[in-house]
Amino acid sequence: MFDKNAKPSPERQKQLDRYSKLVDALSPKSEMVKCLLRAFWVGGAICLLGQCFIEIGRTYLDMTNAAASTFASTLLVFLTALLTGLGVFDKIGQYAGAGAFVPISGFANAMVSPAMEFRREGLVLGLGAKLFTIAGPVLVWGVSASVVVGIIYAFFPW
Amino acid sequence: MLTFLWSLVKAFVVGGLICVVGEVFVLKTKLTPARILVGYIVAGVILSAVGIYGPIAEFAGAGASVPLTGFGHALTTGVKRAIQEVGFMGAFTGGLTNTAAGIAAAVFFGSLVAMLFKPKAKQ
Repeated sequence: MFDKNAKPSPERQKQLDRYSKLVDALSPKSEMVKCLLRAFWVGGAICLLGQCFIEIGRTYLDMTNAAASTFASTLLVFLTALLTGLGVFDKIGQYAGAGAFVPISGFANAMVSPAMEFRREGLVLGLGAKLFTIAGPVLVWGVSASVVVGIIYAFFPW
Repeated sequence: MLTFLWSLVKAFVVGGLICVVGEVFVLKTKLTPARILVGYIVAGVILSAVGIYGPIAEFAGAGASVPLTGFGHALTTGVKRAIQEVGFMGAFTGGLTNTAAGIAAAVFFGSLVAMLFKPKAKQ
């Protein structure tokens, strides 16, 4: 009644082809795994570098934990700004996606990139304003959220 | 030496996982990176306020402080500490005080680089 080896009719074959194409288009699974792995190892590596700076600050520069953490962030910001200027960080960003922009390096990159781009529109409204294209919203929402938390905490400390 | 290596492993794994979560948002939603960054910092503020992020930061060091959630965590810990020290006005002074170095460094190095370098041609 049902012969598995029978060739499907051309009509049916067309349908099957279309279906498999649709499946391929909708499930780029290996692509997704690749992106996640890249984000993981680059993001992890940036944090590992930060941890190295913290250990260096604590061990060799006599810093407190808080100072060493600040030292690490500052160094990462400096390195990212420099690499963005040299055009290297954009390539890392293309490769790693969120692995490059979720760490503080992304914050620094998001400041330098538009500032550099709009530098020719002047030092005040070009560079000065565009520095905060993305950093601005991040600070607005971050600081506002922390003030709300602070006001609640002032009345109901936990 | 072993504790040093262990601290690197912890920072790598936790930092990497936080970035993977961001990448999932990139791939599965239409959120722009700017929105994801804003989401991360607000998430950091809230997770820190409810006491979840503190232990993670304690455990992972730079793995938790380098991602932008760590920036939110620094805002919240700064606000809490300032309120304990100076009272109500700490809600307004603490956050930026605790994150001043990172912001000042980003502003200073950012503008310096933007002045010295020309943008590369986009492919």
